[in-house]
Formats: sequence, C-alpha cells, structure tokens
Amino acid sequence: MGNSSSMLTQYDIEEVQGHCNHAFSQQEIVSLYQRFCQLDRSSGGFISADEFLSVPEFAVNPLAQRLLRTVDGLNFKEFVAFLSAFSPRATLQQKIEFIFKLYDSGGKGSVSYKDILDVLRDLTGHFISEEQREQVLKQVLEEAGYRKDSSLVFADFVKILGNPGLKMEVEVPVD
Amino acid sequence: MSDPGKLNTSSSELDLDRPNIEDYLPSGASIHEPHGQLRLRDLLDISPTLTEAAGAIIDDSFTRCFKSNPPEPWNWNVYLFPLWCCGVVVRYGILFPVRVIVLTIGWIIFLSAYIPVHVLLKGHDKLRKKIERYLVELICSFFVASWTGVVKYHGPRPSMRPKQVFVSNHTSMIDFIVLEQMTPFAVIMQKHPGWVGLLQSTILDSLGCIWFNRSEAKDRETVAKKLRDHVQGSDNNPLLIFPEGTCVNNHYTVMFKKGAFELGCTVCPIAVKYNKIFVDAFWNSRKQSFTMHLLQLMTSWAVVCDVWYLEPQTLKHGETAIEFAERVRDIISVRAGLKKVPWDGYLKYSRPSPKHRELKQQSFAETILRRLEER
Repeated sequence: MGNSSSMLTQYDIEEVQGHCNHAFSQQEIVSLYQRFCQLDRSSGGFISADEFLSVPEFAVNPLAQRLLRTVDGLNFKEFVAFLSAFSPRATLQQKIEFIFKLYDSGGKGSVSYKDILDVLRDLTGHFISEEQREQVLKQVLEEAGYRKDSSLVFADFVKILGNPGLKMEVEVPVD
Repeated sequence: MSDPGKLNTSSSELDLDRPNIEDYLPSGASIHEPHGQLRLRDLLDISPTLTEAAGAIIDDSFTRCFKSNPPEPWNWNVYLFPLWCCGVVVRYGILFPVRVIVLTIGWIIFLSAYIPVHVLLKGHDKLRKKIERYLVELICSFFVASWTGVVKYHGPRPSMRPKQVFVSNHTSMIDFIVLEQMTPFAVIMQKHPGWVGLLQSTILDSLGCIWFNRSEAKDRETVAKKLRDHVQGSDNNPLLIFPEGTCVNNHYTVMFKKGAFELGCTVCPIAVKYNKIFVDAFWNSRKQSFTMHLLQLMTSWAVVCDVWYLEPQTLKHGETAIEFAERVRDIISVRAGLKKVPWDGYLKYSRPSPKHRELKQQSFAETILRRLEER
C-alpha cells in the first residue's frame, strides 16, 4: 500500500504553491502532501482535531488547543497556507501576522489585554496565580507605554516583535 | 478541553511506567535561558512554542515508528515489467497454492496429534506438556515454511530455567511464531478477537500463555501477579515478553514498559530484524487485519529475518526498573540497528498525560517569575 492515497498533479502543486505565495518549493509541497495523507487517517480530505492530537509531540504543546481552532478541518491547500508562516522564505511580516492572528481570538483586528492574558494562561498553566499573571502583564504593558485597557493593533505588534526579528522556522523533510 | 470518544487521556497509573520524556524531547526554548528585565516582547513572543508545534505537525518521531515502508518497486522498465508480471503469476499462481497446501497439511498433522494427546494424556501432565510443546514448535515451523521464512538464529538457544524472562522488540505477531519455532515460549499477549483469539484460548493456553486486555486499567495488577507466579514455577515454559506493548515498524523502538524488568529475575534480550527485500513484515494493525497480513506474507517471495539471542542481563546495583528497561532496549536497538524514540507505544491508543504539557508550562512560568525578581 503506498503512502499517498492519490497522486498530486503538476497543476495541483502549482495551485497550492500559488495559494501559499511560493513559501514552499514543489518538492516540499509533495512531502507535505504525504504528511497530510498520513495524518488524515479517515481520508476525509481534512485533518480533524482528533487526528492532530494523535501526534503526541503536538498534543503536549501548551498552545495546541489554540492552534487547533485555526487548523482544524483545513483542506490541503489551506493546510499549506497555514504552515507557510514557518517557511524560511516567509517574511518577518508574515510571521508577525501569524502570531497576531493567534492572539486575536475574536478576529476583530486588535488584541486586548484579555487576549494576551488568555495566551499567557495557556503558556503558564497553574504555576502562576491569576493575580500574579495580571500584575506582570500590567507592569510590562505600562513599561512599554500601553495602558491596561488599550488594544494593540498589528502595527504595535510589528513595533514590539520586529526588532530584532523572530526566529520561527521549520524544515520540511524532503526525500 | 473536550476529549472526543475514542482517545482518553491516560490514567496516572500508566504514568508510572514512563521515564521523564522531557529529558529526550527537543526543546528550543530551554537551550538558552533568557536573562535581564522582563519586557512586553518576552511575553508576546510565542515563536519558540509555535515552532515546536509546527515541527510536530510537519514531522514527528512517534508517527514515523508506525509508518509502513514497503520495499521499493523495481518494475518501471520495458523489460523489468514483464519479468515482474511473471513474478506475480508465479507468486500468486504457484507459490501461494503450494503454501496453502503445506499449511493445511501442517494443521491436519498438528490437530490429529494434538487433540488425542490433550484429551488422552490428561493424567500424565509432564509427558503431555512435552509432546504439546513439540507439536507447537512443529506447527510454527509449518507457518514459517508457508511464507518461505529464511530465519537466521544467532547466539545460544534459550534454556528452560526458572527465574528468567525473555524480552524482544515487536514488529508483528509473526515474531512470536518465528521465535516459537525454536523454543516453546509462553508469551504474554493482547487478547484478540476472531480466529486468533480462538487459537489463543485453546492451544496457546496449554503453553502457559498469559492474556491481558489493554483497555482495562485494573487488568495490570492481575497480569503482574500472573507474571510473577509464572516465573517462579520451575516447570513452566520460559516467558517471552514484548515490552514495547505494540507493533513497531522495525526501524525504531519505542519505550519499554517496566513490568518485565521488575520481576526480580534475569532478563535475556532477543533482537529481531526483518530484511525488507521481499516484503515488509511490519503488521500495521490500523491498516490491515492479521489475516490480510498473513496473506500478504504468503504471496511474497520470502520473509527474511535475523534473530539474535543476546547476553542475559540482571538489575544492576542502584538501578531502577525503568533504567534497566532502557539499558536492555539500548542493547536490543544497537544489535538490530533500530533507532530509539522516547515515546510510549500506548500513545497509539491514548493521549499523552497532561504532565508533559505542565512541565513546559512550569518551566516558562519559572522563567517569568525569576526575571521579575531581577528588576
């Protein structure tokens, strides 16, 4: 039994490549397709949350649930677009945009104090009390020149994370 | 967090089996400890965690353990393709029927000898057991012949002594047959449904085999007791255990469960390595039933494998059972050329416990608190 249920045509590959703004080479897209088929065990054309969580390395990640909100049920083209922020060819802008969208849970275009607190809670669990978390966040926000009730927009994120840049890259294994 | 029906978070009981996988997992964030005053950027920059998550989505060592790797096809040429077609005809048209006949003859001989012996010699246990052992070895040889098994055994044959167990890496249920051909092991296995289950409850029972049920949590204590009782008895067949707990694709080994290593007896490692040149002997239980797996083996040219009986090991002074298990896993992996991964095989059936995520959370929380104090 082969490891991909159907072969990608050259046309398919180019379409996917266009959709992700050429973040991945054609060979990488073929590898990603094999991986996609491997994870999509029910062959439904998309990877369900359950199938993602069957990867133990992903399931132990503190941000797994938050990521699942975005990545659950994506078809292959969208899956590649989702991962394109992690390509070495992705721009800093694209990486910051990915992080911004993850924080902005309501899709409202701005990140509130509560949004940052939510992510911080995912990352620290019960090892910091809720009061301490709020206090820390208020402190660093004020120091950076923001008030507790101010919302951060994308430009703010660029300013905060842009210098000295982000390291957020994953290598796609190619046979 | 809602857990949909199939997979449940593993109970804390099963946690006791696993060493700290944090020691093995790659973690970019912990390599360099950030210092200095805590800034907004440090809280907003979740890129290390995201990189780990994306890395896991793209490729992870656990899924690699269960990937079938069929042998490369060689029939892409004008002259190779007809040759391959001839091969298919020979395999399906000639070899397969012959093998089915051989196997049927083997079963007839076996059953016509086994059933009388089992019934008539009820009183003479010693003699009955001796003959039954021989017969089981015989039927296993027939099985191996039915796939044209080319098995090379290295090392001294196991002897029947009390206070010893045998452990081996696990690729398919045929491991048991390949090993049983040489020695009448009593094995501890998952109880299966269907015809396999029938064989388990009748013939294999007489060998002293022990059955467990993965999905029953309380099962562990009863099984542990059965194991201990079996090893103490001097007349029992040597016990064979597959500490991985599940079939792995013969390129990797997953973590060994410590149950076999805390019985207070010598552990004799066995390494089994299949040569994929004609067929992939890995039984991918998610993809195939055992019957289909056997049929696949019976329609290939041959099953080639090496079996190494390695030097018996005992618990070293000051070593825990888990460390002992890892040491033996190392010995087996090195001998058979397998890579070790830090995962519990049972993660095929259940989710990792929250403990691992909590360790990451704790590490990040401590960094924040520490840097707060540095102002």
